[in-house]
Amino acid sequence: MAEPTSAIAETDGGAPSPTPLEALRAEAVETLGEALGDALLATHAEGDLWVRVEHQAWQQVGYVLRDRLGCLWFDFLSAIDWMPSPFGRDMDAEQDWPTGGPDPRDLSIESGVTGGETRLQVFARVMNTQTGLGVIAKADLPNENPAVPTWIPVYSGANWHEREAWEMFGIAFVGHPDLRHIYLPGEFEGHPLRKDFPLLARRVKPWPGIVDVEGMPAEGEEPPAGAGQ
Amino acid sequence: MTFTEREQQAYVDAASADARVNVELETEGMTLNIGPQHPATHGTLRIVARLDGEQVVAAEPVMGYMHRGYEKLAEVRTYPQVTTLINRIDWLGSFANEVPFILAAERLMDIEAPPRAQWIRTALFELSRIANISLFLGDMGVQLGALTPVFFAFRDREFVLNQIEAVTGGRFHPNFDRIGGLKDDLPAGWIAETKSVMAKMRGFCDELEDLLMGNEIFEARTRGVGVIPDHVAASFGLSGANLRAAGVDWDMRRDNPCGLAYESLDWKVWTHPDGDSFARYWVRLQETREATYMVEQLLDGLPSGPIMAKVPRIIKVPAGEAYVATENPLGVMGYYVVSKGELAPFRVKIRSASFSNISVVPWVLRGVYVPDVITILASLYFILGDIDR
Repeated sequence: MAEPTSAIAETDGGAPSPTPLEALRAEAVETLGEALGDALLATHAEGDLWVRVEHQAWQQVGYVLRDRLGCLWFDFLSAIDWMPSPFGRDMDAEQDWPTGGPDPRDLSIESGVTGGETRLQVFARVMNTQTGLGVIAKADLPNENPAVPTWIPVYSGANWHEREAWEMFGIAFVGHPDLRHIYLPGEFEGHPLRKDFPLLARRVKPWPGIVDVEGMPAEGEEPPAGAGQ
Repeated sequence: MTFTEREQQAYVDAASADARVNVELETEGMTLNIGPQHPATHGTLRIVARLDGEQVVAAEPVMGYMHRGYEKLAEVRTYPQVTTLINRIDWLGSFANEVPFILAAERLMDIEAPPRAQWIRTALFELSRIANISLFLGDMGVQLGALTPVFFAFRDREFVLNQIEAVTGGRFHPNFDRIGGLKDDLPAGWIAETKSVMAKMRGFCDELEDLLMGNEIFEARTRGVGVIPDHVAASFGLSGANLRAAGVDWDMRRDNPCGLAYESLDWKVWTHPDGDSFARYWVRLQETREATYMVEQLLDGLPSGPIMAKVPRIIKVPAGEAYVATENPLGVMGYYVVSKGELAPFRVKIRSASFSNISVVPWVLRGVYVPDVITILASLYFILGDIDR
């Protein structure tokens, strides 16, 4: 946002992106590759630009995005636990089992866009509001003691997002000055958004909403157990 | 750089001497708890402020009184069931919450709603904006001691809610958006009625402009108060009117209208260079008026055709990741949906506007006077459900 107003005023309220997004993304990949070298592991372009970096380079990628690609607007920072839920799908009713595709009890980790090697992945999105270039950065975290450098010096807004990721996933943000609970009470144990944290409501009682996806009961038959709860 | 032990000791001595002098000059520090139950917080937000006399030294919002864990709950619900939950994030503009999630699911499934559904979606989206922001426009007066605007706001918002109810059946939680389109078409006579309501809402905007803008007390309490410069706003992730009031000309509706019918409308993005409480109010007022014109244009140009695309009865979303954000009443709201090809999403990251908007509070409240705390909080405009999710 250093000098945004003058550049935009000239376009007279039109869309502020004269360059096609593809060119911008290719340019961004080049800049990132040049700045990060081997730390840049994978890229993927589909609307936004996804990049996966080494977790040691996490703060560096933030600086490159902000200072060299002009992504001044901080969108969010969070994490993904790629481990399939060890509770299988039994938190839902039987009908929720997928009829095809991979065996849902298969606990092998399968990462999404740009791949990944470990269970926990931290990801953040920033945006250049003038060109419309959005970049989603991802980093694999070590399975033992997941930790990553903080983004607070780069984007001040990362503070609360990192506190949330810390309490929900148990990811340490090295250099964060104030890593404490943001939503949960101070004495809370466990990391709720990890897949191995059970959702107790589903353990106690099957989800009554399951009637939505099974076939309607035929006329004259008893409604299935659990319906109308 | 290394210090010798002696240098370190000298530094500590000097610091403690400074502290002694400051203690003598300072008034006694005080901690003020604002909330969790306070009329200015629209819910249960607690602000712990450390005061020095009348000035705030440090302020720290305490959230979580209403945390409902939607990101976890979404993982055990099917895609159509998730919209029921996310309706309750920003409860004043509920329909707008559903739209980015549905768009993300549609992007993963590679289907597109038919044009008529897109246009009605956009019209309802803008109606939620009007219903939501009109309450802010009235509420800002209350925080400054002017009670009349809020009565006007509650009175006129009802007309908009009636229109939303007429289509969706719900005043606050429509749950009307579907993957591939909408649940139903518009009821008969709705278009003409909505146009008259839009004229009424423009009257409401004019009324509030007369009541508050130019009022000496209102200007004195908001002009130059709570200034957030553009680079700070961007780095904290502020969005919506809070960002445009800092002079940033960026609106997702114009710059990235993914799947909504904004491209064919003639409208303007309002910005204000000041970045203070007044600018935030002014921008929202202009946006509300602009939205009424947008709804009228949408209803005039409404294409005919079906309102649902061909969608399987049991919705399974192919594996992939998608992030879709829209310009919601409170700011940019986005859903990062990770699918593994099952009935339920694998992970949903909800990027809610108020959470980022309010994260600037410790920065902006430093050094302000206690009465301004209330106006600055009100002008940032947050909904608790949108912070706590």
